[in-house]
Amino acid sequence: MNNLMTPRGLALAGAFFSAFTLAAHAQQPATPPAAGAAPAAAQPLPPGSPLIGRPDNEAAAKLAPVAPPPIAAAPDKLPLARLKVPAGFNVEVYAAGMANARSLAQSDKGTVFVGSRLVDKVYAIVNRDGKRQVKVIASGLYRPNGVAFKDGTLYIAELSKVSKIEKIDDVIDSPPKPTVIYDNLPKDEAHGWKFIAIGPDNKLYVPVGQPGNNVLHDDAHGQIRRINLDGSGPEVYAVGVRNTVGFDWNPETKHLYFTDNGRDWLSETVPEDELNRVTKAGEDFGAPFCYQGNIIDQELGWGKSCSDYTPPVGLMGPHTAALGMRFYTGGMFPKAYKNAIFVARHGSWNKSKKEGGDVVVVKLDKDGKVKSVEPFLTGFLADNKYVGRPVDVMQLKDGSLLVSDDWNGAVYRISYGKQKVAGR
Amino acid sequence: MYKKLLPALAFASITFAAGAETIQERAAPCLACHGERGTSETENTPSLGAQQAPYVLIQLFMFREKLRVFDTMNEMAKDLSDDDLRTFSDFIATLPKPAPPADAGDPARMGRGQALAHQYLCNNCHKPDFSGGDNVPRIANQREDYLNKTLSEYKDNSRHGYDGTMADVMQPVTKEQIADLAYYIAHYR
Repeated sequence: MNNLMTPRGLALAGAFFSAFTLAAHAQQPATPPAAGAAPAAAQPLPPGSPLIGRPDNEAAAKLAPVAPPPIAAAPDKLPLARLKVPAGFNVEVYAAGMANARSLAQSDKGTVFVGSRLVDKVYAIVNRDGKRQVKVIASGLYRPNGVAFKDGTLYIAELSKVSKIEKIDDVIDSPPKPTVIYDNLPKDEAHGWKFIAIGPDNKLYVPVGQPGNNVLHDDAHGQIRRINLDGSGPEVYAVGVRNTVGFDWNPETKHLYFTDNGRDWLSETVPEDELNRVTKAGEDFGAPFCYQGNIIDQELGWGKSCSDYTPPVGLMGPHTAALGMRFYTGGMFPKAYKNAIFVARHGSWNKSKKEGGDVVVVKLDKDGKVKSVEPFLTGFLADNKYVGRPVDVMQLKDGSLLVSDDWNGAVYRISYGKQKVAGR
Repeated sequence: MYKKLLPALAFASITFAAGAETIQERAAPCLACHGERGTSETENTPSLGAQQAPYVLIQLFMFREKLRVFDTMNEMAKDLSDDDLRTFSDFIATLPKPAPPADAGDPARMGRGQALAHQYLCNNCHKPDFSGGDNVPRIANQREDYLNKTLSEYKDNSRHGYDGTMADVMQPVTKEQIADLAYYIAHYR
């Protein structure tokens, strides 16, 4: 496997076809390695390696995952003035100062819980005497991205475990450490952080991403599981899932809809992220063999056919990182939004011209498939740089919509009509 | 003995520094270990010169929050405000970049290190001249012992990155390869 003389163009094509030989195609040094040096392709890249599929060229070298600032922006430094919503809607800051604010959940008393990924904290936004306060309710956690609430109990998903705090609203001033209910989960960093939610069947849905950009894996990965609320009875609910960081149930059909992020490094324009629908347990959504319903993976897809997998009900744009999504069932927004889906697109990194970094509204046709995708909240992207990145969306009881922003550590509230600022 | 004294010296100085006026004065205890002119003379202690400010901010934040565990730095950072972290990060980025070692390096090891740096695409995120960018650190002419230590800690997951990228990158890299990479990057010209 000596590729020293391989023409560069061919080397690049090879990199696309075979991630495991990528190393062999990597640009050769000007000074040849001394005799006795290890051959360049001695070690395959492990699952999860961020180098998988990465071509070695100048444009690709400029692209790397974008890390947000570790410190939450001060309220007066938030990009509120840049944010745009359709006519008749208003956007305001709901709460700030929550470094790396990610997934959202709310209690029946209106407390909003906010997970994080790059810090160790779960926050609560509490309403007290008409004023909103931010509290840290759990810390020392490892990538506690996921939060869910049911019957007084807060559920928290870290990288490889799910835990709970009972009667959270009663103990919010000095909550006990979360109690682990389920930890039979892989520990991979790649796509290991979790969004969680509780379904109409009263089960907790817990995704396990594929442990890398584009990899074969064991049967503990690439899926959405569901467990009972005490952690018992785990079962695999959907497979062929690359990395879902947002899902919700259609209020009419009760079908689970989930966003799924397509692979990196295939091209600037494909594959697009997916919006999927599960109509029966056990469905296979194709990754890593088939992406966006019609692209057979150029490396792993040999011998496979996209027709063997459930296609997405809609496409969400290339590398846009469609994450949090919720159906809108509130009464505040105009009728056209009823049962539409709001989707937070975190925004691309694996693309020269960034795309996403917004909230879009997805409307479905009578078959439950995507009819339209329109911008709803924009302005987070300026001069190909992020000034904010939406992660999750959540409807408040008054029908307004919260949007979390992990770049600034803030949550915004979008309302409709004559602006009535939420109590502060 | 020498190693034990250093943290003590640092603790003694930080109290004084808190009341000091200029960032140069406040940073004096940092530079006592990390090197006055951006190049560290202290074993296993990184050179900070021309380090990317967003990367420094992330590290100082992680030290303060104990997301990155190293007692001396956890102690140094524990009382710093968000604004302090930003001020220190911006200041550190203005220090002159670390000087390359006087010797050009053993050609055979340099060749092996260079091949590995390309094989593992260090030259992508860290840039072809290893100057880094934003949250990706400058590594060019970093101390060899510190590079060795850091790459090993990422590999065995005893150092958690801000995200998991370096843990994943380091999985297939052998101990011998880490030594060659550290040698090459430290001697890079």
